[in-house]
Amino acid sequence: MKNDPKKLLRYTPFERASHWLTGITFILLALSGLGFFHPFFYPLCQLFGGGTWTRILHPFIGVVMAVSFGVEFFNYRQLNVMTPSDWEWLKHIREMVAGDDRNMPEAGKFNAGQKLLFWLLAICMALLILSGIVMWRAYFSFLFPVALIRFASVVHAVAATIIIALIIFHIYASIWTKESIRAMLYGQVRRAWAKQHHPAWFREMTRGEK
Amino acid sequence: MALQTLDIIRRSATTTPSPGQRQTQEVVKLIDVSKCIGCKACQVTCMEWNDTRDAIGTNHGIYDNPTDLTENSWTVMRYAEVKTDRGLEWLIRKDGCMHCADPGCLKACPAPGAIVQYSNGIVDFHEENCIGCGYCITGCPFNIPRLSKKDSKVYKCTLCSDRVAVGLEPACAKTCPTGAIVFGTKEDMLFHAEERIADLKSRGFDKAGIYNPQRVGGTHVIYVLQHADKPEIYDGLPKDPGISPQVSLWKGAAKPLASIALGLGILGAFIHYVTMGPNEVSEEIEKEFKDEK
Repeated sequence: MKNDPKKLLRYTPFERASHWLTGITFILLALSGLGFFHPFFYPLCQLFGGGTWTRILHPFIGVVMAVSFGVEFFNYRQLNVMTPSDWEWLKHIREMVAGDDRNMPEAGKFNAGQKLLFWLLAICMALLILSGIVMWRAYFSFLFPVALIRFASVVHAVAATIIIALIIFHIYASIWTKESIRAMLYGQVRRAWAKQHHPAWFREMTRGEK
Repeated sequence: MALQTLDIIRRSATTTPSPGQRQTQEVVKLIDVSKCIGCKACQVTCMEWNDTRDAIGTNHGIYDNPTDLTENSWTVMRYAEVKTDRGLEWLIRKDGCMHCADPGCLKACPAPGAIVQYSNGIVDFHEENCIGCGYCITGCPFNIPRLSKKDSKVYKCTLCSDRVAVGLEPACAKTCPTGAIVFGTKEDMLFHAEERIADLKSRGFDKAGIYNPQRVGGTHVIYVLQHADKPEIYDGLPKDPGISPQVSLWKGAAKPLASIALGLGILGAFIHYVTMGPNEVSEEIEKEFKDEK
């Protein structure tokens, strides 16, 4: 597959690979974690070879996700710094949700919604990693007092619920905004798409042309 | 271990009724600390009956041996030397599962049927359903379950559910040479405890009483204590144990509600899509870049 010179590079191969590694591990973690979340979801453990295998695998998959999310975090953290224009964007969020983006302040590579999502995901991930270590009975729980393990169990469940909700939102936003899944799959976007959804980034990328 | 199947009143991670057609009498093991001489016969007979063997440990300079419960030692004697208003007292408590009416282990367990509660009050682990997560350890207010390094399953006192099911008393009660451990219906045991407390009070133990903590709904192992106002002097018996509010929050109504909220979130997204339509590039901009299509 040759790169189309007229298209704009939005995500490098490395960024795509780390995004999908995070994505795949997230799905596996959500499914296996839900298995222990409520009895209603316990049958999901069968996808991983039963309850015991799910208990064994979940934290190890978590380690992989912690690393790949960590890579993404350090890669994207500067691009996600909120600017005054972003806060203005959030004030117009209702119009955006209603499908009218004419009055939205111009978004850069990431719009304010994506940036906010980024920081919320980072907070949830930090909480999940820390509480997950405390809950990891096979290797770490014996290091901690039971009161802390109880607290970590609550934190893990709450952060997991929030991150699943955020990812539902993230996946839906990518379905709703046409061609954005292609962008993360193949890396490139059409100029029209860039101008529509990320005008400031579009200008930055095409500066000096035409 | 499982023998009974028709008298289960509660089963871990199960939201529908368990086979509970048969109602059995509620039982209690009464441990009279004032009668205990610390001979450890109960520890020995527990290992004998259940066929568990602990590794030979080391002497720590105290009588406690082993010094803590393990996956093989489901009961241990705890020896406390305490100064009270009566002088130096040697308080010896047989530690083990309390068989709570409201068991924190069962509440916390995510594996269906790994922990059950029989209608006679015994809380039993079914290790073949255990997944080794250790949530029961997190949920227990008495620090009882122990995770085996050999098979990653948790073990604790069964109150000899296998013996009780066929009309026998638990092995420890059977073997106790002083009658410090007695077993029977809850009603009989509470009656017997009252007699013991009256006797202790007549001998100057004004604060004698039973230890049957109500925040866990009462227990099916009940102590008679000489100093019931200070259970913590019996090697850290918790004063008012209950399921931690954090465990209740972690395992309570919040999770089904959160699950429904997530489901509604997905539904909401779908409704948004079919009512608002996709977020596409506008005609205007498409025209501008017509040559690039």
